[in-house]
Amino acid sequence: MNTISRDEVAHLARLARLAVTEDELDTFAAQLDVILASVARVGEVAADDIPPTSHAVPLTNVFRADEVRPGLTQQQALSGAPATEDGRFKVPQILGGDE
Amino acid sequence: MTTATDALMPYDEVLERFDPVLGLEVHVELGTATKMFCGCPTAFGAPPNTQVCPTCLGLPGSLPVVNGVAVESAVRIGLALNCTIVDWCRFARKNYFYPDIPKNFQISQYDEPIAVDGRFDIELEDGATFRVRIERAHMEEDTGKSLHVGGSTGRIHGAEYSLLDYNRAGVPLIEIVTKPITGTGARAPEVARVYVAALRDVLRGLGVSDVRMDQGSLRCDANVSLMPKGATEFGTRTETKNVNSLRSVERAVRHEMQRQAAVLAAGGTVVQETRHFDENTGFTRPGRVKETAEDYRYFPEPDLVPVAPDTEWVIGLRKALPEPPAERRRRVQTDWDLSDLELRDMVNAGALDLITATVDAGAPAAQARSWWMSYLSQEANTRGIELAELPITPVEVARVVALVAEGGLTNNLARQVVDGVLAGEGTPDEVVESRGLAVVSDDSSLVAAVDEALAAQPDVVEKVRGGKVAAAGAIVGAVMKATGGKADAKRVRELVLERCAQ
Repeated sequence: MNTISRDEVAHLARLARLAVTEDELDTFAAQLDVILASVARVGEVAADDIPPTSHAVPLTNVFRADEVRPGLTQQQALSGAPATEDGRFKVPQILGGDE
Repeated sequence: MTTATDALMPYDEVLERFDPVLGLEVHVELGTATKMFCGCPTAFGAPPNTQVCPTCLGLPGSLPVVNGVAVESAVRIGLALNCTIVDWCRFARKNYFYPDIPKNFQISQYDEPIAVDGRFDIELEDGATFRVRIERAHMEEDTGKSLHVGGSTGRIHGAEYSLLDYNRAGVPLIEIVTKPITGTGARAPEVARVYVAALRDVLRGLGVSDVRMDQGSLRCDANVSLMPKGATEFGTRTETKNVNSLRSVERAVRHEMQRQAAVLAAGGTVVQETRHFDENTGFTRPGRVKETAEDYRYFPEPDLVPVAPDTEWVIGLRKALPEPPAERRRRVQTDWDLSDLELRDMVNAGALDLITATVDAGAPAAQARSWWMSYLSQEANTRGIELAELPITPVEVARVVALVAEGGLTNNLARQVVDGVLAGEGTPDEVVESRGLAVVSDDSSLVAAVDEALAAQPDVVEKVRGGKVAAAGAIVGAVMKATGGKADAKRVRELVLERCAQ
């Protein structure tokens, strides 16, 4: 049984504002299905007495002092940006006209 | 996209037919020196993208580290709202695709907030207490600022492209969420406003944020829904954002109630959506259709270890909490013997802290109140700023009061001293010195001035000698003028009468 449907892939693509063709939907749904099935195999060895693990190290409360540390200049920050304007990152229109 | 054409039901009719349900989400930007997960500064108003680093820009290989002071602030806020502080919690990734956070996810808390199940009693305008139950308070990071270019008036709709400034991305935020607020009836808009105002006072008292709604360090999202009278199931809610003043909170809630009622009465359905409040029109307009929680694909943040507040530490923080604003107000009202109206005026003018600080600096309450509520309030009004923004401190006001009490200044001179301090001429003592404002208390120099004035107005002297004591006022006035207002008028009058009698 598929773990992810073609419709779910289409939904994700819409959220991500990715223009995915009908053919691509079939391709990605199949690929994602393999990935998800592989990850799901972890569940096969997880017994009821094993709590879900989010962290491999038994640490808590790792905090930083509230002290300013040098960061990047504006020029450095923008150096990898495909487009900039007025010291800001320039990105394509965020929402479609009907949203 | 309807905006100004939205039908509204008259408010009274809304209340006859529906019961409002509110849910308020308040975001407060903490006043920490650095961001939530990196050491970048958080100051407001810096040039774009100058307070950024690889971590808050989401560059490959960077890792977040939690700001310890931000966690402490979160715990203190939770405690002030009578929440339970959990003994263990995690951060979570909230995945989404807007570029306002460059990582493509916001680090937040999802099903394990640091503070849960609180309650917060607020005092409505008529003095009635209303209990707001708090669902949770959790830690997260703020987003960057988007500037939408092209299309109409900087709105996201119709924009051709957007410009991003990430200075704010990563600034520590605490989100405080109420449980559904029911039973307010007609007072829903007032409850919403008073809740945000009371919360602002508490946060200010804790010193965790500058709580400036105009600068976005305190922001309110108002969830509003209606249910028909007698119904028990909540209606579909909308979430109104961009509500950045107390007055707007009240207006936005009222407007949404009237708009939704009109939609429902016409047989329509309320769409669950984010709406934006327009300060100019008082209307709300639709924004993006909300993702569902599922769409955000929350999962525990793998780059941050859990937070486990130590019980003793939390107890210590609880003991060190400041007196809650409401209790403090009641105490001040009793101590200073104020009427409800007098107290409310002080609170509304933002003068309570200033007056108490002036009293703490040694001034009697009546004088401290008088200075802040009349002369300085007028001055702040004229300048169009908040009382607290005037360039004079409570300690300086207390010093002026002391100088008057010692007889070193008359009330008139005291105002000139305050003017000097406000003009940036230094401390009260420095202004007295530089402007030469000390009271002339040396009798011999006063007597000389009085004699001069008497000689100049022999007709008045005759009248006084003839029993018209009131005529002495003209001489007193002349002496005051001659001494530049630096003489004690009462003493001058005594001297005038003495000299006339001789």
